[in-house]
Amino acid sequence: MALTGIQIYKFLPKTNCKECDFPTCLAFAMKLAASAVELSACPYVTDEGKQALAAASKPPIRLVTIGAGEKKIEVGNETVMFRHEKTFVHPTALVVRVKDTASADDLAKTVEEVSGYSVDRVGMTFGLDGIAIQNESGDAAAFAKCVETVSSKTDLPLILMSTDPASMSAALGKVGDAKPAIYAATKDNIDEMIELAKKSGCPLAVRSSDGLNELAELTEKAAQAGVGDLILDPGVRDLAETLVTLTQIRRLALAKRFEPVGYPVITFPGEGASSLDEEAVLAAQHVAKYGSIVVIDRFSPALVLALITLRLNLYTDPQKPIQMKPGLYQVGEPKPESPLCVTTNFSLTYFSIAGELESAGWPSWLLVCDTEGLSVLTAWSAGKFDADKIAKTVKGENVAEKVSHKNVILPGGVAVLRGELEEELPDWKIMVGPREAMAVGGYLKENWQK
Amino acid sequence: MPDVEIPIEKWTGKVKEVKLGGGGRKEVVVGGEVTLPFLAFEGSNPNLPRIAIEIHDKEPAAWPASLLAAWGDAVKDPGTWAKKAVEFGAEIICLKLLSAHPEGGDTGAAEAKAVVDKVLSAVDLPLIVLGPGVAEKDNDILPAASDAAKGQRIALGNCEEKNYRTIGAVCLSDGHIAIAKTPLDINLCKQLNIMLSDLGVPADSILMDPDTGALGYGIEYGYSINERLRLAALGGDAMTSFPIINHAGGEVWRQKEAKASEGVPDAWGNPEERGVLFEEITTSTVINAGCDIVVMCHPKAIERVKATIDKLAGK
Repeated sequence: MALTGIQIYKFLPKTNCKECDFPTCLAFAMKLAASAVELSACPYVTDEGKQALAAASKPPIRLVTIGAGEKKIEVGNETVMFRHEKTFVHPTALVVRVKDTASADDLAKTVEEVSGYSVDRVGMTFGLDGIAIQNESGDAAAFAKCVETVSSKTDLPLILMSTDPASMSAALGKVGDAKPAIYAATKDNIDEMIELAKKSGCPLAVRSSDGLNELAELTEKAAQAGVGDLILDPGVRDLAETLVTLTQIRRLALAKRFEPVGYPVITFPGEGASSLDEEAVLAAQHVAKYGSIVVIDRFSPALVLALITLRLNLYTDPQKPIQMKPGLYQVGEPKPESPLCVTTNFSLTYFSIAGELESAGWPSWLLVCDTEGLSVLTAWSAGKFDADKIAKTVKGENVAEKVSHKNVILPGGVAVLRGELEEELPDWKIMVGPREAMAVGGYLKENWQK
Repeated sequence: MPDVEIPIEKWTGKVKEVKLGGGGRKEVVVGGEVTLPFLAFEGSNPNLPRIAIEIHDKEPAAWPASLLAAWGDAVKDPGTWAKKAVEFGAEIICLKLLSAHPEGGDTGAAEAKAVVDKVLSAVDLPLIVLGPGVAEKDNDILPAASDAAKGQRIALGNCEEKNYRTIGAVCLSDGHIAIAKTPLDINLCKQLNIMLSDLGVPADSILMDPDTGALGYGIEYGYSINERLRLAALGGDAMTSFPIINHAGGEVWRQKEAKASEGVPDAWGNPEERGVLFEEITTSTVINAGCDIVVMCHPKAIERVKATIDKLAGK
């Protein structure tokens, strides 16, 4: 919980010296509370004051970084229970697990598929975030070799999974400064794992086998030993227990500022599942409800697409739908006689229709109206996509300068606007397209003279 | 040594319980929640979310082949389809009278009554009956559907801003449940609930359909509206405290991700697996956000989501 201006003011010198460029210490405190200025702008704040303010302004869930390169994973720093309160900050990292018992060919194939996975959604490209390597063999040399192989084949961050300190130490020796996550410290090996984390500077995952009390004991021990970059595995695996436990952890961290669980959480949906579908439902729950790193066992492109989509959806800013700038867009390279379709500026609506026109082989003009980021039917219901708005956009965007014909295609969902639009645009022929973007190819084939 | 004390939310409000069925028909009670979904450590929600299976009064023209294949010839006849839905685990049947759409057959009240009769006599589950969603047409056919099911407490919809008076009054006179449908807007949702209540529809006879998008097509709106409605209800707001129905399955099967089997990137994976996964994830996600009745389509997804609900309930 951030401090208020008044609370911060108590730690300031109260001299109103103006050296921070604010007229009074109180004004400066207010700006600090709004995170609009740095505490370092005050030359006279005491060390005690600095410490007290730093402790109070510490994020309730620590930001933890896995990996070192451009693709490093950052998780944590979440501030709310529900996405409608304020945007979720760091999207759940989606990681795929491989085992050191896999054949060299299988391993190479999986690592290549996972590293190369890439998919476009709403004009952005997404991929997987990391690879976890499990010391299934229990053998230190086999684990080290596997880790070495994987790290030579991928630039994704790694999570090294072994409870044997000797295996972990051997594997850490193979990754240079790549800063993988160490998984996991348990009550049986925590001292050795703390040493490895300190020596390597890598984040350390802590796994409890007996609820949140044990988890908190382990993290306190690590924190006291100077290992602050921690990741939590509360040890639960099934749907009900995971939902309850992850909710409790988030609440403890945010509402109670209970520091021993103020860290990102890692989950293993595959361990609680006996099929792809079951793993999918678990993983989806973890994306929505408080998992920061989700490690998938059953790698399937369709599942990854679904999880990436869910994450994208739930981690968007709830105040701002993803919007396109209104205007006349080109799909492919349209000619003046190419079709002209009208749509809204909700990005998904735009990409659905643009994608369909493109894949159906129809270079087109796509006129995007400002509906404040709402989709066709929602915008229409809300009165933000009506004949007046469409007519104004047709006139305002100088469509007639680029398009040689006078035919405009409405989304089928708003067929009811046709009459009014005919009145607003008397020179134009108003055509009613299909309700669903998918059908636009067939529609144009039937109704448009190429 | 740290002592972990779990924070418990003390809610003052409670979701209304709504009973579907009766009059010789099986009964299903939804709602009654005293805390957020499946948080058993702070309260005992008396009723689990229920799965309604969507059936139509004519063969669905827009469904992809993989979904149609899962149902076989059953989709050709609503009575057979309803029976098949029971086999696939339906707890409620959701009958959509799409033939009545002015551009989809434009059938009338007599046909609507006949179909409802047929489904009522085919199965003994509670029924949800929806018109084609064109206000004038709904006003025309839903009274006949309502009459056919008199005394058997079906849920009837949709009541929208334009026609809630007509449909609400029909529900009131035949003892049915009114489904209040609003387009992804929590304020409109609450407003319609107030208007239905002012009309005299009792609090145990309203379901809210606040709308949702499919995964990739606005699920975040449905998710947050469910959560906000439920938090408001638990916080004591009576006019948001009705059980929530989401047509999450049908939304999925309208989208390219569930339909397209070719011409999409390899990264989209196996098309049949994808459609089912998208329905499973969309529906289980809205359930985690507070949905009470989830309307679904694909038998495989239905089986998985039913198992999910049981597991979440600790069964």
